Amino acid sequence: MNLTFSFAIFLVTLFVLLIMRRFAGLAAHNLTLLQHFSKTSLINLIVYAGVFIALVYYLVFLFIGGATFYKWAVQGIIGLGLCGFLFRLLGKNIGTKKTKQAFAKMPVTAALGILLIFLYATVAIFADFLAPYGQAEIFPKANLIPGGNPDFGGDPAHILGTDQIGRDLLSRLIYGAQNTVGIAFITTCLAFLIGIFFGFLSASLGGWFDQIISRIVDIIMSIPQLIFALLLMTLVTAWVGSERWLITMYMILIIAFLDSTRVFRLSRAVGMNIVVMDFFEAAKLRGENLSYLVFHEIMPNAVAPLLAEFGLRFCFVFLTISSLSFLGIGIQPPLADWGTMVRDLSQFINFAAFSPLTASLPLMAAGAIALLTVAVNFVVDWVLQMTSGLKD
Amino acid sequence: MFKIADIIIRRLGLGLVTLFFVSVLIFISVNSLPGDFAQEILGQGATPEAVAAIRAEIGLDRPIYERYFDWLFGAVQGNFGTSYARSMFAEAWGSTATANFNTVAQQLEPRFFNTLFLAGLTAVIAIPISLIFGIMAALYRSSFFDRVVNVSSLTSISSPEFFVAYTLILIFAVLNPLLPSLSNIHDDMGFGERFERTLLPALTLTLVVTAHMMRMTRAAIINLLASEYIEMARLKGLSAFRIIVVHALPNALAPIINVIALNLAYLITGVVVVEVVFVYPGIGQLFVDSVKIRDIPVVQACCLVFAAAYILLNLLADVMAILSNPRLRIPK
Repeated sequence: MNLTFSFAIFLVTLFVLLIMRRFAGLAAHNLTLLQHFSKTSLINLIVYAGVFIALVYYLVFLFIGGATFYKWAVQGIIGLGLCGFLFRLLGKNIGTKKTKQAFAKMPVTAALGILLIFLYATVAIFADFLAPYGQAEIFPKANLIPGGNPDFGGDPAHILGTDQIGRDLLSRLIYGAQNTVGIAFITTCLAFLIGIFFGFLSASLGGWFDQIISRIVDIIMSIPQLIFALLLMTLVTAWVGSERWLITMYMILIIAFLDSTRVFRLSRAVGMNIVVMDFFEAAKLRGENLSYLVFHEIMPNAVAPLLAEFGLRFCFVFLTISSLSFLGIGIQPPLADWGTMVRDLSQFINFAAFSPLTASLPLMAAGAIALLTVAVNFVVDWVLQMTSGLKD
Repeated sequence: MFKIADIIIRRLGLGLVTLFFVSVLIFISVNSLPGDFAQEILGQGATPEAVAAIRAEIGLDRPIYERYFDWLFGAVQGNFGTSYARSMFAEAWGSTATANFNTVAQQLEPRFFNTLFLAGLTAVIAIPISLIFGIMAALYRSSFFDRVVNVSSLTSISSPEFFVAYTLILIFAVLNPLLPSLSNIHDDMGFGERFERTLLPALTLTLVVTAHMMRMTRAAIINLLASEYIEMARLKGLSAFRIIVVHALPNALAPIINVIALNLAYLITGVVVVEVVFVYPGIGQLFVDSVKIRDIPVVQACCLVFAAAYILLNLLADVMAILSNPRLRIPK
């Protein structure tokens, strides 16, 4: 299937769609679907043609064999879409009146996002029961090929095979959910605690306190975050030596500290808007103390914007931690972690022609990271679209 | 016109001040380490005399502020000092040959050029694509096309760089051997070969950056299309093309330039991971390598270069926004 041939089919499909659009407009007056179709723009038709061709190719490959990765990709996308659709259907019919309403207006992507977040949370919490073996358990057979077929160097007991020193990869993938997601979640919470505390404090105190903290934050933010994190991590590794759990602890603190600057900016800005309101002024004149002002006057009014930010921040933290682990300075070895797994398994990608399953091992770990951030972003996107005026 | 120059100069000054504080921050955090390079390289059984000799040679025995200003004045003149790992410690070994020191600047320069080449190539591919798709998505918003663009750009933003990188390696290097999966680049390489070997990392960065730029462009244009004067133009019966090109684009220029500058700044972080994946000989790789062996002058210099580029691009975004939007010229 070369490119010229594909392009020719594409043009033919587009032509057919154009004719169909024309006749759809002429033929049907009372069928809304056809009317809708008759008004779609050219660019939509191009996308339809592209999707159509992708599906045709998928069917062709299904019959003649080959192109394993392409088939997996198409199956994955269709499967995910279907899951989102079914989950939305479920939500529309089951639950309280309020959740039913929410699900009715939800796009498929957001439903999929919620479903995936639930799944990740479940896997992370129950990793001990789901994983067949322990995360640091070492088996005598190292480098087993995934697939579980003994003829090709696999073992049915290890469906995804084992790594260089004989640890079960499926178990490590499952424990990765607990470690990577759990650590990212803790870090984000910590960043929010620090950021919100100082943000609200500077908003309500103002003056030189606000000036000093804001300038410090400005300076920290003018160094790219990953670079600064790398620098601080090197210093810390030099400091605490090779105590592995200490390195992980310090990484949590460092990322939380660096990310709290972003939270500080937002919470300060939100706080500033509340501080100038009359009710805040009244509370101040009543002689309320600082903690009352922050927790009873500012906090309740700032929850909504901060919640949306929490989702986005979590994604950033999660990606930063994964990148650090990928570079070898993040979560440390006895703990299973997706970023480290990608780095360790990356050479397997060269076996794609012989054993697609082996080659997809690093992509599974990387894909697990990507899928969760995509899911969170889908939900945040939907929430932002609902709350902001960008509906047009 | 006088006023604009005034504002720009003030911003530049502010940028320089920020850069100064950043350099202090970098220097202090690097030098607050317990134990220094001299002890590190000589190991556990080092005699105090040998440690002192190396310290004296690379100047670690002087007070910290003196070293800082030495380093700063050198850095301003393009002299970042001598790389610890590459220097020969001639005196410590009793030799007098001190001529062949490998300076940080010598290491940095070719790699800086390589990274610029990668970033430049990425920008050349990414900017037109993201602008075209962003504007189209804004025009045909809430259509099927818009939804496809939205979902795919969100997916590519959310994916870590190494996921995109390995997926591209799988498709373009392993399954269809079109491009090399390792960017092995020499100085004496022709443009064509260099281009071919840089293409895969550039495509990876393009995918990540394009998604960002596209979404921001789309949001900027949609914001603009909702304003009253566009409504007026539409009611006058102007064609969609004329509304976009003559009415919307001049006002959209400010946010779009801003978006481009911000994303080029974002490239700086992305470059580190991508360079490691493709073993691309750029500054990001040098940085990660020096971080691992604690080669402090190189780490400092790399950090400073990254921070300077970051600050400069943000500054550029600021200045461009002020230039193209007169309302920002009067500080409130």
